[in-house]
Formats: sequence, C-alpha cells, structure tokens
Amino acid sequence: MKNTIKNEEIRRVLSVIVTNEDGVLSRISGLFAGRGYNIDSLTVAPVPDTDFSRLTIVTCGNERVLEQIVKQLHKLIPTYKVIESAEFVEKEMALVKIPLNEDFNGLDAMLKAYNGTIANSGENFIVVMVADNAKRIENFLKAIKKYNPIEMVRSGSVAMDI
Amino acid sequence: MDLNGSQMVIEALRRENVKVVFGYPGGAIMNVYDEVYKQNDFEHILTRHEQAAIHAADGYARASGDVGVAFVTSGPGFTNAVTGLANAYIDSIPMVVISGQVPITMIGTDAFQEIDAVGISRPCVKHNYLVKDAKDLPRILKEAFYIAKSGRPGPVHVDIPKDVTAQVAKFDYPEKITMRTYKPTYKGNSRQIKKVVDAIANSNRPILYVGGGAVNSGASELVREFAKISGIPAVETLMARGVMGDDNPLLMGMVGMHGCYSANMAMSEADLMIALGPRFDDRVTGKLSEFAKHAKVIHVDIDPSSIGKIVDIDYPIVGDLKNVLSDMLPLLKDKIDSKKYQSWRDLLKRYDEIHPLEYSDDKGNIKPQWVIQRVGETLGEKAIISTDVGQHQMWTAQFYPFSRPRQFVTSGGLGTMGFGFPAAIGVKKAKPEKISINISGDGSILMNIQELMTAYESKIPVINIILNNGYLGMVRQWQTFFYDKRYASTDLSGAQPDFVKLAESFGGLGFRVETKEEFDEALKKAVQSDVVCMIDVNVDRLEDVLPMVPAGGTLYNMILEYKG
Repeated sequence: MKNTIKNEEIRRVLSVIVTNEDGVLSRISGLFAGRGYNIDSLTVAPVPDTDFSRLTIVTCGNERVLEQIVKQLHKLIPTYKVIESAEFVEKEMALVKIPLNEDFNGLDAMLKAYNGTIANSGENFIVVMVADNAKRIENFLKAIKKYNPIEMVRSGSVAMDI
Repeated sequence: MDLNGSQMVIEALRRENVKVVFGYPGGAIMNVYDEVYKQNDFEHILTRHEQAAIHAADGYARASGDVGVAFVTSGPGFTNAVTGLANAYIDSIPMVVISGQVPITMIGTDAFQEIDAVGISRPCVKHNYLVKDAKDLPRILKEAFYIAKSGRPGPVHVDIPKDVTAQVAKFDYPEKITMRTYKPTYKGNSRQIKKVVDAIANSNRPILYVGGGAVNSGASELVREFAKISGIPAVETLMARGVMGDDNPLLMGMVGMHGCYSANMAMSEADLMIALGPRFDDRVTGKLSEFAKHAKVIHVDIDPSSIGKIVDIDYPIVGDLKNVLSDMLPLLKDKIDSKKYQSWRDLLKRYDEIHPLEYSDDKGNIKPQWVIQRVGETLGEKAIISTDVGQHQMWTAQFYPFSRPRQFVTSGGLGTMGFGFPAAIGVKKAKPEKISINISGDGSILMNIQELMTAYESKIPVINIILNNGYLGMVRQWQTFFYDKRYASTDLSGAQPDFVKLAESFGGLGFRVETKEEFDEALKKAVQSDVVCMIDVNVDRLEDVLPMVPAGGTLYNMILEYKG
C-alpha cells in the first residue's frame, strides 16, 4: 500500500443537485461541519421547472479530502447528482454601496472593466453591481475601496458546467 | 383505506413483517401506543430505558439480519436513544426508530419535551424524516425500511409529531419503491473483477482481509469458498468474527490492535490485500504509513465512500460482496492454483506457532480467558454471544470459538459500554432457540443494569457473565502500560453491588463464582433456568489483553508480553 496523496490544497467548485425538501441544506452543511471540510461559499436555489435544488459549493482540500467530499455528498439520500467538472462558467455577484460625496472619477471605467453597472441610487449613495468570476470579484472589491464604500456584499459562486 | 397516523405506523409494520418492537412510551407517542395496545401483529417489549430499546432492536437485527424496530417518545425519550442510533450507524445495522414529537403547531416553541430530534440524529443515522403530514407517512415508512436494509445498511429515524399521529389520511402503502436519488450499486464492474482475478493470480503472498460487510451481505459461504479454492489465508476484523469459522485452517485469526500475531504479520508481509467489506478502522490498521506497506490493495465494498477513505486502493470494486464474489469465484477457479501459496501458508503457520494466542492458566485465580474458552467448550454454536466493551470484549473475540456469522454481537465502531445486555435481549427475541449470553465486565454491566427488569418481565432468559476484576479493565491496562500505573478512576473494587442479590431483587438468578468448579455449576444452572441470570465471576484482577498494538503503532510490532 502506498500513500501517494499529495497534500496540496486544491480549490474546487461543486454543483450538487438535491431534492428540494426540508432540511436538505442542514444535511449538507452538517456534513461539511461534522467531517471538518471547508466551505468557502455556498449558494442554493431551486432548479427551474423541477423539484430539485442546486447548491453551488466552493470548497478546498487535498485530493483525498475532495474525493471524500464528493462521495459523502453522493451518499446523502436526497442527493441526485454531484457535478465536479473541470470546465464550467463560474460567476459571482457583488453589490457595493458608495457614498455620493465621493469623487467618482474613474468609476465608470472600472465598472466597464468588470462588466458592472449602477444598480440603484439613493439620496446619499449609489449601489454598483458586478458579476464575474470569484478571483476578479476579489480584485474589484480591492480596487473599489478607494471610493470608501459603506457596505459590500458578495453572493458566493454559481456555476454551470460546459 | 383511510387511517390515522398511528394506525398507519402499525399497518406499515405489519406489512414489513415486523415481529418484535422494543420501546418506551411517553406523551408524544401515546397515540401510537394506543394502537399498539389494540393489535396482535407484533410483540412489544417494554425496556426500562430508551437506550436499551435501541440496543435491543440492534441486537435483534444483528442476530436475525432483519430490520430492528424501536419506539421512543419526544425530548428525553429521543435523546436517550441517540447513543443507540450512533452505535447502529457506525456498525451498519438496519433499524427503523420511530420517535414521537410535539404537535406541529408547537414545534419551535420550546414546548414541553420538545427537542430538534432530526437535527440531533442527522449525523447518527443513514437517513431521517420529520413527518409533516399523515398523507406522506406511508411513503416515508416504506422508504425508511427500504433505506435501512438496502445498500450499506443503517438506522433510519422517523420523527412523528403528535398531531400527525392523530391525523387521518389515505393509506396507500407502496408495494415496491424506487428512489431517483438513492440507487445502491449491487453488481461489481465485470472488467474490474477480471483485473482483480489477474492481480490475485500474479500475487505470491495474498491475504483476505474480511470485514463486517461479509456479514451484512450474507457472503460468508462465498468468502469461505474463496479461501478454499484459492488456498489464500484470511484474517477477520472484530465485526467479521465467525465469517470464516474458527475451525478453518486458513483463518489466521482476528487482525488489529488485539489481533493474533500471525494475522497481523500476514497483513504486514502480504503483497496483495484482498479487502472484502472492511472499512480500514484505525483499530485495525495501526500506523497508516506502515500498514500493509508491501501490498497492492483490492477493496470490495457496497459503499463507495468507504473505498479510498483511509488508504489508497489499487483495485476498487463497488458492489454487494455476495454478487461480486459470485461473479469472481468461477474466474478464480480457472486461474489459481492453491499450491502456489503453500510456502506463504507455511510461513504464517510458523508465525502462529511462535506466538500463538495464549494465556497462562492459573490454579488459584480464574483467568478471564478461561471463562470464555469454557463457555465456548460447553455451549459452542448453541450460544449467541453478545458483549459489552472493554477487555472482556477483546478476550471474547480472541477466545470464543465462533463457528458462523451473526454469532457474535458486539459494539465495534462506537465501543458502547452498556450495549451487551439489551443487545442480548434482542438476540434472544430474534433467535429464541439459541442460548443468549452477554459477556460483560463489572464496569459495563452497570450501564444498562435496569434491563434486568425487562428480561424478567418479558421472560427473556439472558445469561450475563460478568468477568469481575474490580477495574475498568481496558482503561486500567492502558494506565499500566502508558500512564505509569496511575489508576485514575478505574479501580471499582471499593464499591460494587452484590450482583447476586441484585439479580435476585429483579426476580432473576444470581451466582457468585470463585472457582472453576463453581463456574461450571453456575453455567449449567443458568442454561437450565428460564429466568434472567447473572454469573459474577471473580477473575484475575491484573490480566492484560495481549497481544497489543499500541494506538498508532505498527501491526508488526506488537506487545506480546507485558514486562512491568
């Protein structure tokens, strides 16, 4: 018997299709907590026109841990499918509230670069919205700091395999 | 047919052919008990603690192979049951446990005897349900039994609010069931099976590593056949004791922390490990980096998550062991010559001769191992042996001559003290023609001692044999070996009940044994009696379980003899 597992941490996006029923989210989050797996982000929504839900889970771990995560997810009775394809479109959304008294010089260019728009505005603020992959969202949130945002909200990733 | 929720429970159990239910009533499950009162389809055994009800259902399932069933009420009734659920889950025992819950209208209000039962049981069961509407109950109960016994078996918990047990709905019990999200794999991949046969044919020092899956799958005969036609020696895990049969010359004994020298050496020196339904428990593997390090590994298991969880597997096969072996053995017959492994078998036999499983008997003190051997000589296959947890459990695994699967009922994964007695009650209900023996220690037996009342009332003549050394012996042994003999909270000799009077006060028979003759006499009387018995055997206080692989140690480096 050899132990060839590398201990390198790998980031992985999993799409989990589950029966849309009571308690299914607690089964999954409980599985991660109980077995010491990481959840970087998690999003849930119904799959249109079915009685399934899709969870998109961003996790990390070494090869053995990732293999176990997939197998343990499969083992849950309400789990229909676990998709861990290497190729997928991954998008995350972020909302950022910026006070109106800021100098917006360059904001337009930045929003353009990140495919963003102004989602809403109020008397004293505007809300900008971007949707992009997780890494780029991170960069955007770093860059937007120069406008002294009041609040920033990230959605967690959603993914679709291609 | 319209039924209320409680009637549905009874009717579902009837259709599942349930013969015995173990349980304890209470407020939230009273409607169900009212229907229990009115029916004659199954017998209800009132235990004296909910934990014992679950262990009894568990023992029933282990002895019979059928699904064990138990009823408990909400709140403390349920929380008392949790240890039993966890115990059955880790040992893959099929059970359906039905608990009462406060009415739906009161859920979430911190009502009297309310607790989030499905929230608590989730990590301790294969699956669970909170029933929100009686119309779902027939499907849920059908699924519960199906999930419990299919694939890798396990306990299923169904939590039913009190208003649902009164709610009337249409009872439409499905004959068959298919679940789109749950489809266990039973048949092994045939190409992979061919590859495995080639790997076996090319090996020189193969070893069969037989686990509890062989029992659950009912594959014992095929495993024996495998060994016989190939001439490949085998080791058994604690959960697999009895699969090979102890008179089988190819059995090298139990493997692991307290395994036989020959079994552990076989694992260490093998070039091919053929794992048939084990789960590579740390009590078997010891230090992982040294575990079977010369071996390629074949692993057959019905649970994909078991494969590759602990060690890398060269040849994984997901499937039911019985099916996989049925496909594999005809191929194996053509390819394998059992003579090839003669020198390997001779080597292992030599290992066994150098360090056999033994103890030094003593004229003055009764050795605990002697008691177990004696029970084995006297009752052999007529008895089903349950145990609690500790030294007595390991000695039983080592020294009782098990001849078939389901003859040894023990808490393997969870190591639950207090399991043995209620389990033995369940065993006796499952197999009334057998003698049900619980081998226990003076520590464990007190953890479910109230079951004397159950056994007496329901006329279940379990024989409890207490190997009384006045210690929590296994912890004491570790303290001796690894804690410089600082016996923290393990010496029980200062305060013990009079076990004879204790048994008598519950209406049973008690025997105190100081000599071998007294033991023979007591066992004879106990076997003849039709009430619950307690044989309190005064054994050598400081006997250790050997050999021993210290936790995290290597299998080939056993403590064979303790030198103070």
